[in-house]
Amino acid sequence: MSWMPAFAGMTMVLLTGAAQAETVLRRGNSVEPETLDPHQARGVSASNVLRDLYEGLTREAPDGAVIPGVAERWDVSADGREYTFHLRAGARWSSGEALTAADFAESLRRALAPATASPVAQILAPLDHVDATDARTLRLRLRTATPHLPGLLSHPAAFPVHASNRAGAPFAPGTLVGNGAYRLVDWVAHAHIALERNPAYWDAASVGVDRVLFYPTENPASEIKRYRAGELDWTDTIPVGQARWVRENLARELHVSPYLGVYFYGFNLTRPPFKDNPALRRALALAVDRETLVSRIVATGEVPAATWVPPGIAGYTPQRPEWADWPAARRLEEARRLYAQAGYSAGNPLELELRYNTGDNHKRVALAVSWMWRQALGVRTSLVNEEYKVFLQNRRARRVTQLFRADWIGDYDDAATFAERMLSSSGLNDTGYANPDYDKRVQQAAGEADPARRRAALEQAERILLEDLPVMPLYFYVSKHLVKPGVTGWQPNIMDHHYSRYFRITR
Amino acid sequence: MLNFTLKRLLYTVPTLLVLAALVFFLLRAAPGGPFDGERALAPEVQAQIEAVYHLDEPLWRQFARYLAALARGDLGPSFQYAGRSVNELIAAGFPVSLQLGLAAMALAVLAGCSAGVVAALRRGSLADRGLMALALTGVSIPNFVVAPLLILAFALALGWLPAGGWDSWRSAVLPVIALALPQIAYLARLTRDSMVEVLAQSWIRTARAKGLPQRWIVLRHALKPALLPVLSYLGPATAQILTGSVVVEQVFSIPGLGRHFVQGALNRDYTLVMGVVMFYGALVVLFNLAVDLLYGALDPRVRTR
Repeated sequence: MSWMPAFAGMTMVLLTGAAQAETVLRRGNSVEPETLDPHQARGVSASNVLRDLYEGLTREAPDGAVIPGVAERWDVSADGREYTFHLRAGARWSSGEALTAADFAESLRRALAPATASPVAQILAPLDHVDATDARTLRLRLRTATPHLPGLLSHPAAFPVHASNRAGAPFAPGTLVGNGAYRLVDWVAHAHIALERNPAYWDAASVGVDRVLFYPTENPASEIKRYRAGELDWTDTIPVGQARWVRENLARELHVSPYLGVYFYGFNLTRPPFKDNPALRRALALAVDRETLVSRIVATGEVPAATWVPPGIAGYTPQRPEWADWPAARRLEEARRLYAQAGYSAGNPLELELRYNTGDNHKRVALAVSWMWRQALGVRTSLVNEEYKVFLQNRRARRVTQLFRADWIGDYDDAATFAERMLSSSGLNDTGYANPDYDKRVQQAAGEADPARRRAALEQAERILLEDLPVMPLYFYVSKHLVKPGVTGWQPNIMDHHYSRYFRITR
Repeated sequence: MLNFTLKRLLYTVPTLLVLAALVFFLLRAAPGGPFDGERALAPEVQAQIEAVYHLDEPLWRQFARYLAALARGDLGPSFQYAGRSVNELIAAGFPVSLQLGLAAMALAVLAGCSAGVVAALRRGSLADRGLMALALTGVSIPNFVVAPLLILAFALALGWLPAGGWDSWRSAVLPVIALALPQIAYLARLTRDSMVEVLAQSWIRTARAKGLPQRWIVLRHALKPALLPVLSYLGPATAQILTGSVVVEQVFSIPGLGRHFVQGALNRDYTLVMGVVMFYGALVVLFNLAVDLLYGALDPRVRTR
């Protein structure tokens, strides 16, 4: 029997040899990406792939900090309205051709052209004029000073698109020409997207994993089974209701970290009972016990939200209202006083319709919150569950909706992405909120080059918003991933962006 | 025979037209559109997209446009997956669903009919009662319960087979079983009852009286008539198994047509849902026709009528 260990040893050598030959990262990636055209992609799952296939003028470090990408440095004019980007000498397309400032200029123009009908071009709204002064210099004129411009330029909407793809070649294996750390080799709808390292990438030497596979995993229950069976190295999320099991059994592989998103209820301010009724809105907001909500109901490390802007944004302090730190008894007493002031009582209770879209979590939250209102104020809430697209239409039309569930994930790491959503002119503002005072502060911030004054204006705006309460924040999101122990290099960041190039496989 | 076939084929045209009209207008009646999302589009972007997909035209004209393209075999561009056509998506998804469905059907027929014959031959025995109890259980437990249980047992606890995906024959084993189980159960009961009936017929008694061996009697004389009801069940069952793999494809993350269908409906991908329904509709019609033709071949009484 003495040959057994020798044989086993030989197999080990062979296996490790093979493992060194090629490393593979298999990522769960929620839904099937709708397209790999960076100017057309709307969803998070497409963006995850695009950040591996392309690189903008800037990109994000593993911790989320904005760092140079194709541009090695940039200068800003004194008034903050002109940026000059200097491109790296070695920047190339995956086809080997040189990547020039003109490529970026043409691509930005394509993203902004009405004919492109890009659903994400609004990210680039600050751009006024784009100009390639030579092969490696790109000048951007802005409408207003935009200190967070470098962050915006790391978004797929600002990625360069190769001339062949601009001319109509499909964004598909064989014809998609990118400039990122990886290139596209295979895409089978609803099966997988396969990438391999791009030897033409300027920083190819620092790329750790040879092959990356993205799997569509729209069903979290199936995703976690595939992860446990060893078919995935990474999950996009964990299923609602399995959080406790995961914490008890896979604690060392679970990564929960703050995410730039807020879960909230919105009031329809154009119809009764919430029209011109801030006392009632405030009563409802105060009567929710957010601690219980996050510890007992959603329960995967979410953070109670009393402000509109999530914590963790550099150079901004969320404007916590005074009541958020009151003891529960005082909060409830004030809620009851306001409820009575709005004209409701035990004999004449508020009857309310709360709309939410289909989802286990939304249902649990709606049940819990309506129960809290009933206990504290005697409000009678009926829950209306609608399929997502039906729900969106009703919410937007504002005809039948009274109170609705919503959330907002920031587009970029800055408070403006939250503030601008509630402008009276914003297409995202489904509450009908229109306060000229609020609009003025937000617009003032948009044109402000001085960071301190800009910050003050945004913070003032948030205080106004939380006084008016067109929305009732409930909790801030966290990102939840399971990552196999052999995958190193994972770092939490508030945007939940994880470029495959930063990972290493040590199995 | 040829006349019969042609006539039946001709009937399929109005059937499919009615189907197309029904699905088209039902889809458009559903609230929400393909381009609605959490982030509302700028009005000019929305207008541009609607113009590209002709969504700004009156409904009847869109329907006429759809039919005209359909007549050419063009199912249109997908609304959700920019740059991909529905033909392309179906061409990619259908072979997967077909392999899955055919394998499940083959397993169902083999296992179901064998179990049925065994039970019929030992009527009243422990084997008969055991098999039929199993069959009853199999019919009663839905796919979406069986599939996760199979994964828990064979992928997670034992680690023998993958929990999902579509990479090798190994990843096909569990979904094929999950899909075949209810059919096995149903076919076992069907075959048993039919076999019991046939075995009581006078010509079987005659064969017995002639002293033919039992195996010969069953295989040569009883099996063919006993399988006739099974055959007429197979047409709709094959269509059902091909379309009914929706749940199984979802649970096992299989890139088949069923997954396109569910995601398409949620995304309001009008053309994709239409395309899949029309494709399945045509399949169901063709399978039924094929069964009728086969039936004629097996049972001369049907042909003469």
